[in-house]
Amino acid sequence: MRNTFLIKFLLLVTLLFVSKTFALDDTVSEGESGKDLKSEITAYIEHHLKDTHDFSLFSYTDKTGEKHHVGFPLPVILWDNGLKVFSSSKLHHGEAVAHVGENYYKLYHSKIYKTDAAGTITYDDKYHPENVKPLDFSITKSVVMIFLTGLLMFLLFRGLATSYAKNGSIPKGLGRFFEPIVLYIRDDIAISNIGEKKYKKYMPFLLTVFFFIWFLNMFGLTPLGVNVTGNIAVTTALAILTFIITNFTGTKTYWMHLFNPLGDSMPWYGKLPLYIILIPIEILGIFIKPFSLLIRLYANMQAGHIVVMSLIGLMFIFKSWIGSPLSFGLAFAISLIEILVALLQAYIFTMLSALYFGFASEEHDHAEAH
Amino acid sequence: MEQLIEEFSLGLFFWQTLLFLALLFLLWKFAWKPILGAVNDREEGIKDALAAAEEAKKEMQNVTADNEKLLKEARAEREAMLKEAREMKEKIVSDAKEAAKTEGDKMIQQAQQAIESEKKAAVADIKSQVATLSVDIAEKVIKEQLSNKEKQLKLVEDMLGDIKLN
Repeated sequence: MRNTFLIKFLLLVTLLFVSKTFALDDTVSEGESGKDLKSEITAYIEHHLKDTHDFSLFSYTDKTGEKHHVGFPLPVILWDNGLKVFSSSKLHHGEAVAHVGENYYKLYHSKIYKTDAAGTITYDDKYHPENVKPLDFSITKSVVMIFLTGLLMFLLFRGLATSYAKNGSIPKGLGRFFEPIVLYIRDDIAISNIGEKKYKKYMPFLLTVFFFIWFLNMFGLTPLGVNVTGNIAVTTALAILTFIITNFTGTKTYWMHLFNPLGDSMPWYGKLPLYIILIPIEILGIFIKPFSLLIRLYANMQAGHIVVMSLIGLMFIFKSWIGSPLSFGLAFAISLIEILVALLQAYIFTMLSALYFGFASEEHDHAEAH
Repeated sequence: MEQLIEEFSLGLFFWQTLLFLALLFLLWKFAWKPILGAVNDREEGIKDALAAAEEAKKEMQNVTADNEKLLKEARAEREAMLKEAREMKEKIVSDAKEAAKTEGDKMIQQAQQAIESEKKAAVADIKSQVATLSVDIAEKVIKEQLSNKEKQLKLVEDMLGDIKLN
């Protein structure tokens, strides 16, 4: 039973991996010389890591040298003196200027800029575009994936919840796999870090954030290649929620510990010089904690994607009977590690959030314990 | 850092926050609450069941202990009864023996007394008969002596012969 599961799992991973390789192959195979191929791969990886305004499944170049993108466009929503909504197909992957109302927009390095009718982009001396960037609330690929993941999670856990009601508190099907994880988060992450008394109010956030990050990390390993958790905006949003929950549920003890870390162990004239240093550090700490969360998740997922994609890219650079299988094996091994990392990063984010909540909800008089 | 800020997309941040909060709320309401509730109920149920089992076990032990106690008491009672019976039997037997012995002794004594008195009576009778006979003999002897000497002697001899026959 267990063995067949393992085999199925490995098969699935291999299939996903292979199709990802093909996807890359389609894009880069037209590269003529080694130098072009390298830069093409770099561009491809960079492009893959970024959020896009359309959902492209893969792209290929036909015999006439024309590039085709297979996928579907997504709505672009801009705030530029009023709401502008149009399909991303108008942008043509940055190859054309979109004419909306009286304004022209052009996609450049995955960002939308306001241009003139010809689509000229002016650059400053650091080669940054100087054009106006309208507020971009587009439904990008990442937003679609976030929505789909949310939908999947809702259906999955709603199913688990109803299976409890139907079968008398016994999970069925997929729930059997997810229930131990839910229990693990409750017992070993929430209760052990926050404590028996107060863990309950943090549970929904911890569970949601864990499965959200895990599922998105896993989606990132599929050939769809959606690098959602490797996007700084997403991790920032998650970390800010942790920050808000931590500080809004902070008890008197938590704030006392922040502004009066030494308590009554010292007279005020002794504490004064220490506090000039200590209190700024403590206050800085409030922000550093969630900041470390967002950077850790972002950097890990980003790095994982870069490594896997680079190793896959190496296959096409080597183009030999020794080098390509070698880098294939390496890429495969790294992919397997990435599956572990996907879970690990979700765990770390949840664990550290729980730890910070634990600090915030501390009740006992900490000052005396010092 | 500059690149990170450049990469930061406000739109994505907005959608992520909105969608995540919506997801959090929906899951909270429709998934986590019932799931955690069900798991909690189940755990409580298991705990209760275990406690009940423990209770039952204890009760069982109590019952067994009671049984044991009753059995022990019954055994002790039987033992006591048997002992009493044995003692009673022994007492009855010894009493009977005693009674028989005293009775026997008494009877023997009576018999002895009777024999003694019979003997005494017989001896007294013999004595009186001997006296009478002696007196008779003496009388006859005296009578014979008085008539004929020879005859007197013969008479004495005859008399003596008679006595022997007696």
